[in-house]
Amino acid sequence: MIPASAFLVLAIILFGLGILAFFIKRDLLTQFMAVEIMLNAGNLAFLALAKASARAEAQVIVFFVLTVAAAEAVVGMAIVLHVFRQKKSVRTEDASELKG
Amino acid sequence: MAGSFWLIPLIPALSTLILLLLGSGLSRKWVSIQACLSVFLSFILSLASFIHLLRMPGETPAVVKTLLPWISSGTLSAPISLSFDPLTAVMCLVVTCVGFLIHVYSVGYMASDRDYSRYFGFLNLFTFFMLVLVMASNIVLMFVGWEGVGLCSYLLIGFWFERPAASRAGMKAFIVNRIGDAAFILGILFLIVTVGSPDFARINSAAAGGGLAPSLVTLIAILLFAGAVGKSAQIPLYVWLPDAMEGPTPVSALIHAATMVTAGVYMVARLNGLYSASPVASSVVATIGAVTAVFAATMALVQTDIKRVLAYSTISQIGYMFIGCGVGAYAAGIFHLATHAFFKSLLFLAAGSVIHALSGEQDIRKMGGLRRHLPRTFPTFLAAALAISGIPFLSGFFSKDAILTSAFSSGHIVVWVLGLAGAIMTAFYMFRLVFLVFYGQEKAGAEAQHHLHESPSVMTVPLMILAVFSVLAGYVGLPAVVGEKADVFGRFLEPVLRLPGAVLSAAVEWNLILVSTVAAVGGLFIAYLFYLRYPRTPGVLVARFPWIYKVLVGKYYVDEFYDAAIVRPVVRGSELVYDHFDLKVIDGSLNGSAAAANAAGLGLSRLQTGLIKDYALAFLLGVVLFVGFILFLKI
Amino acid sequence: MAWLLFIFLSIVCAGSVAAMIISKNQAHNALFLVLAFAALGGVFGLLDAPFVAVVQIIIYAGAIMVLFIFAIMMINLKEGLPAERKKIIYPIAGVLGIVLLLELVAVARRAFLQGAEAVPAGAGNLAGIGHLLFKDYLYPFEITSVLLIAALVGAMVLSSKKESP
Repeated sequence: MIPASAFLVLAIILFGLGILAFFIKRDLLTQFMAVEIMLNAGNLAFLALAKASARAEAQVIVFFVLTVAAAEAVVGMAIVLHVFRQKKSVRTEDASELKG
Repeated sequence: MAGSFWLIPLIPALSTLILLLLGSGLSRKWVSIQACLSVFLSFILSLASFIHLLRMPGETPAVVKTLLPWISSGTLSAPISLSFDPLTAVMCLVVTCVGFLIHVYSVGYMASDRDYSRYFGFLNLFTFFMLVLVMASNIVLMFVGWEGVGLCSYLLIGFWFERPAASRAGMKAFIVNRIGDAAFILGILFLIVTVGSPDFARINSAAAGGGLAPSLVTLIAILLFAGAVGKSAQIPLYVWLPDAMEGPTPVSALIHAATMVTAGVYMVARLNGLYSASPVASSVVATIGAVTAVFAATMALVQTDIKRVLAYSTISQIGYMFIGCGVGAYAAGIFHLATHAFFKSLLFLAAGSVIHALSGEQDIRKMGGLRRHLPRTFPTFLAAALAISGIPFLSGFFSKDAILTSAFSSGHIVVWVLGLAGAIMTAFYMFRLVFLVFYGQEKAGAEAQHHLHESPSVMTVPLMILAVFSVLAGYVGLPAVVGEKADVFGRFLEPVLRLPGAVLSAAVEWNLILVSTVAAVGGLFIAYLFYLRYPRTPGVLVARFPWIYKVLVGKYYVDEFYDAAIVRPVVRGSELVYDHFDLKVIDGSLNGSAAAANAAGLGLSRLQTGLIKDYALAFLLGVVLFVGFILFLKI
Repeated sequence: MAWLLFIFLSIVCAGSVAAMIISKNQAHNALFLVLAFAALGGVFGLLDAPFVAVVQIIIYAGAIMVLFIFAIMMINLKEGLPAERKKIIYPIAGVLGIVLLLELVAVARRAFLQGAEAVPAGAGNLAGIGHLLFKDYLYPFEITSVLLIAALVGAMVLSSKKESP
């Protein structure tokens, strides 16, 4: 059988890639996708530990994370659309209203 | 009744509270009645307690009552504890009796003043503190009264505070007093450290029993006396008293003649064990007293303001009281304190009556011939003048004679000579005053002439009562030549104030009495010559010796000297400190910390770039730290 | 056999994410992400979590990515962005990222020093999860449905084009 630690390694790699994506990309939408990747990496880690500790609660947690991520994606899209309408661009550098 | 002597200070205190808190809402009639009644009640209580004391058996009659433990720390214990022994009895009777009469007089004198209830509130407050001062059984509580009367003096001198001269005079009084008080506090501290207790009985017995080193006793005695010098206006801290005449005349009578300024004398008498144990300190006391007596008298010779003459006279007479204490005749000093309270307050009140009659004129050069217009003020003033000059058979004669005789009999001949010189001058300047004010031509302005009238009864009746005392009060303290037990006063005080041991032969005593009488009458006669018989004489003398006159009128330029040597440097110094420390350091650090906070905020706000990636970086940093934290704590 | 599957799915997943990072076209990014999610779903299945695997595919790879693609279509971004100035944030982020990865590896190793690597006894099946959801975790479940409604309402309000009077 595949040891749970291998899955955890995969989760860590995905998480790192997600961070990398977030910092490299310059448009809002893709950065959002990077956040989704990080969430999924977290889910994977939860499941790996669920298997390692033989408890099913972790799967319940994953279920909820999924749901919340979905809700967050919906609202996030709406906000991104708004930003695009205002600024006519999705470049992150342009959205600096909170400066100072 | 006997056990309730501790109420004596509290009745005026209650009255003060009511007057100061509610006074503006009370009617004048109520205020007058309440204020006078409270002091009268204190007087009745004092009288009752005095009678009780007379009946008490035993060597040392005294009652003590502790009201509150107050300070009790380790071995130091300074309770609020009042005592009533013969010395306190004398002081209480003087304070309450004279105080009551002055309260009644003030009803008339201050009748047209706006701040009526504030005046009586302060006057009652003063009475309270003075009573605390004389009834305290330990020196710390006495100091509370000491400071309290100083405060009231300031408040009452500057009563008409809208007048800048009055305000300044009040401040001057308080500040000069403070200088003395600093030494006084040092003295108290030394006492507490060496004797271990502020209680008078213990201090006196410790000093008399030889338990303290002589140099220490001298030091403490001198330090305490320095405080007395300030409070009782002796050299070099007398400069506040003449200026204190800015206050209302009844205030001058009560505080600056009869009671507060005598607190220093009371203190020395109370601590007679201490002073007897230190010949050096006693000599200092007697010397300063004698020099001040003469010094002040010289200045009184040329003053033209009626109240200032009386002020310098007060300084001079207190000098006599200190002479008495300094040569070991404490009872004589207290005797003169009591008689002086009567005739000096009478003089001030009568002067107030004159001023009132002349609608505010205080310059004696503009007075004259008033004896026709002031038929009740004049005889009382004359009685007081005769008393203070030491004319035989009046009270002042007996008390002053007691002091001078003691000075002579204890070997202080120089002091005796100075005292005699002072006596001549006293008679002279007092009768100069009498003759210039009440005799001769009327020199008052037309306006004043028009309003010239005798004062109302509420003012003249106290005068008459005081006049009676001024004449008769001396008969309780007759000199030894008259009879062995003639000195009732001294014997009454003997348990507290030991009488001096030296006894003179009858012949010497009679001679001394003769010399004193000649001095007094001589002074009077010279005044008669100068001001009635040959009125041009003063003018001629001034022309012949202009320098002397200038120095005397300029009060030996002492005020100017103090101003240049002390006041200006201190003011300049404090200005420097203000510029360099107050403004730069204190304000600077305050403003600096505000500026620093501002700058920090400004700097930190640069972190808020508004860019998402920067915020994400912050997140990342936080996560790294958090996970690292968990790692290192092995949770 | 399982190993092979695992390795294959991991490479697909990681590779798609890498490709997503490299590609500059937004539509391409979205599609690569779909692939990554699908592979991840497979991985979940390998972890004895069939329910979660299916849910992942349906919701993530299905619904959410469709949402993304709709958004991309609506935004309709032109190709290519001008080159960015060098910024200090990148090296710092890089360093921090590497530190984080190392830390996570350390955490993972510690987690497995104690833990067993046993096989769960079939608790990952649907019935088991259903039990948990509706018994022990009923409240979170219900609240999550409220959350979804809130998100729905929020999205509708946010995206309405009504001008304020």
